[in-house]
Amino acid sequence: MSSASFDDAAGRSPEAPNGPVALGITGRRFDWLLVAAVACMAVAYVRAIFFTPIEALQGAAQKIYYVHVSAAVNAYLALGIVALMSIVYLWLRDERADRLAESAGEVGLVFLTVVLTTGPLWGKPIWGAWWTWDARLTLTLFLWFLTAGYLVLRGAVDDAAMRARYSAVLGILAALLIPFIHLSVYFFNTLHPMPIVLKPDRPSLPNEMLVTLLVFFGACTVLCLALIRLRYRYAVGRDALLGLESEGGDR
Amino acid sequence: MRPTLLSSTWVIARKDLAIEFRTRTAFLAVLVFAVLGVAVFYFAWDATAVAALDLAPGVLWVIFTFSGLLSLQRSFGVEQAERAMDGLLLSPIDREAIFLGKALANLLFVAGIQLVTIPAVALLYNLSLGRPLLILFGVALLAAVGLVAIGTLFSAMASNTRLAELLLPMLSLPFFVPVVYGAAQATSTLLAGRPSQEAWPFLKLLIAFDLVFLVACTLAFPYTLEE
Amino acid sequence: MTRVLEAVGLTRTFGGRRAVSDVTLALNAAECLALFGPNGAGKTTLLRLLAGLLKPTAGLARINGDPLRGDASARAHVGFISHQSMLYGALTVRENVVLAARLYGVSDVRAATERALRHMRVLERGDALVRALSRGLQQRVSIARALVHEPRVLLLDEPYTGLDALGAAALTDTLARLRGDGGTMVLVTHNIAEGLAVATHAAVMHGGRLLRLERRDDLDSASYADEYRELVGGAA
Repeated sequence: MSSASFDDAAGRSPEAPNGPVALGITGRRFDWLLVAAVACMAVAYVRAIFFTPIEALQGAAQKIYYVHVSAAVNAYLALGIVALMSIVYLWLRDERADRLAESAGEVGLVFLTVVLTTGPLWGKPIWGAWWTWDARLTLTLFLWFLTAGYLVLRGAVDDAAMRARYSAVLGILAALLIPFIHLSVYFFNTLHPMPIVLKPDRPSLPNEMLVTLLVFFGACTVLCLALIRLRYRYAVGRDALLGLESEGGDR
Repeated sequence: MRPTLLSSTWVIARKDLAIEFRTRTAFLAVLVFAVLGVAVFYFAWDATAVAALDLAPGVLWVIFTFSGLLSLQRSFGVEQAERAMDGLLLSPIDREAIFLGKALANLLFVAGIQLVTIPAVALLYNLSLGRPLLILFGVALLAAVGLVAIGTLFSAMASNTRLAELLLPMLSLPFFVPVVYGAAQATSTLLAGRPSQEAWPFLKLLIAFDLVFLVACTLAFPYTLEE
Repeated sequence: MTRVLEAVGLTRTFGGRRAVSDVTLALNAAECLALFGPNGAGKTTLLRLLAGLLKPTAGLARINGDPLRGDASARAHVGFISHQSMLYGALTVRENVVLAARLYGVSDVRAATERALRHMRVLERGDALVRALSRGLQQRVSIARALVHEPRVLLLDEPYTGLDALGAAALTDTLARLRGDGGTMVLVTHNIAEGLAVATHAAVMHGGRLLRLERRDDLDSASYADEYRELVGGAA
C-alpha cells in the first residue's frame, strides 16, 4: 500500500488528514512486532524439535501437542476479541471495534484450522483414530463453522454500517451459543463414551516439556497479536481508500 | 391509540399466515419435501441392521431441520417486494412485534408441517400411534420454538445480503445443533420406554435454549433493520 | 410555538457521502411544501428522515414537538406515499388497508377502511388481489392505505407517477381536502406545475442542501421553472 496509489486515488498528498501518513499506514514502517513474532516462533520450534525430549509413550508425534494447544488457546483468545468487540460496536458504534472484530475473526479462523488439522495429525498415531468427538475438538469444529459463517456474512454485505451491525449480532449470538454446544457435547460424551484404548490424558509434564509448552504458547500469542494488528492495519487502509473513493464521487 | 406489543404481534402473524394460505404453494412444497425426505431416508438405511424404532427419531429431526430451513427461507421475502417492510416500519408498532409476529407465523407454519410429517414417520417406520406420537408432537413444538427464533432472525439478516439462500442454512445450522441434539435424545429416550427422568436433562436443554434465544433474537432484531 | 412538522439541522451521511446536509424547515397546519430537485439531490432521503425510517447523522425531525426517532407514537401522525406501493400483492385491496388501520391503532377499522377506499375511488375493487391490479390502481390503493389513519402529516414522494387522469384528479382532490382540514404536507415531485398547484410553500433541493425555501404566494409561477433550471445548473 504505497503512498503513490493514494496520490493517484485522490490527487492528495500523503500528509493530508485522510492520507496514509496520518493514518499510520504508509507501509514503509517496519512491522517490528511481526518480525519479533516470527523470531519467537522460530525459537520455539527449534526448542520443541531439538531441545525437548521425546515423550516415551507417544513418541515424536507428541510434539504436535505444543502447536495444537497453543493454537487452540490463541484461537479462543481471538474469538473472545470478536465477541467483546461485537458488544462494544453495538454499544458505541465505533467502527474501530468492527475492524478489530473483523481482523480477530480472520486470524481466529486460521488458528482454528491449525487446531483442526493438528488434532487428527496428533490423534492418528496416538489414538489410532483421525477424529474423536471429544469435547475440545468438537467445540473447535463448531467454532470453525461459526467463524466461517461470520466471515461469509461479512463478505455478503456491501454496506459498511449494516455489515458491522450484522456481524456484531452474529458475534454475540455465537457467544451465547457456546455454552449450549458445550453442554450438548458433554452430554454426548458422557452418554456415548468413545471406544478408545489410549485416552489422551492431561500428562503431568516434566519441567522441560512444560517450559517448551510455555515458550511455544508465548510465541504463538505474540504471533496471534501481531497478525491481528497487521490485519487491522490492512482494514484501516482499505477503509480509508474506500472513503476517499466515495468522497471523490461527491465532488 | 398505539397498538400494544401483543396485539401488533398478532396482527403481523395473521398477515403472514393470510398471505401464506392464500397461495399455499410454499406450504405444500415444504410438506412434500418433508414426507419425501422421510421416505428417502428409509431406503438409505439398511433396515435389517438398524431397527426402525432407533432410526425414526434421527430421521425425524434431520428432516425437521431441513424442512424448517425451507420454511424459514420465505419468511422475509414477502416484505421485500414493493418495500412492504417500510409500511410496517412507518407505523407506530414496536419493531420487536414485527419479529415476534413473523416468528409466530413461522412457528405455526413449521408446526403445520410437523403435524403431517410426524404421523408419516410413525406410519412408515411402524411406530405405535398414541403415546409416542404425543411425545413427538410435544418435543417437536419445543424444538420448533428455538428453530424459529434463530431462523426468523437470520432470515431477516440473510434477505438483505447477496448470498441469502446460502447464508440462512450456513448461519443457522450450528445454532440448530443443541436443538436437534436435545430433541433427538429426549425422543429416543422416551420412545424406548425409559423413565422420563432420563429425558429431563435434554428437555431442560431445549427449554433453556428456547428462552435464551427467543429473548436474544427479539432484542437483536431491531439491529438488523436499516437505520 | 410548536410547529406541526419540523426539521432542525437534519443531516444524513451514507459512508462518506452526505445525502442530506443541514436541512432546516418548519411547517404549520394547512401548509404544503412542494419540494423540487434533480435526481440524487437527497429529496427521498429527506422524506425518509422526516418519516422516521432513517436515523439522522445529525439534527432531528419533530412532529408536534415530539422527536420522530425517540417516540414511536409520533409516527402515528405521519402518512407516507412513495413510488413503491408498500402493498402485499397476495392480499386484497381491503386487507391491505385494514392491515394499515390495525397497525396504526385506528378505532373503527371497518369504517375507516371504507372511507379511505371510497375517497381514492377504489371501493369497487375492494376484494381484488393487489397483484391483479394495474400500476395506477395500485398507486391509488397505496394512497388510501397511507390515509386510513387520518395522518396530520403527509409525506409524498413522486405520488403522481403512474397515475392516470382519474387517479391524479382523485389525489389532487384528496390533498386539497387534507390541507383544508388542517393537514401538513411535503410533496416531492418533478412536475413543477402539479407541485405548485397544491403548495403553500416551495423549495429546491440540490446536493443534499435545501435552497430557496419560500412561500408560494411570493414566487412568480411563470418564471419559476426557468429559475429552477438555473439554480440546479441544468442537472434536472
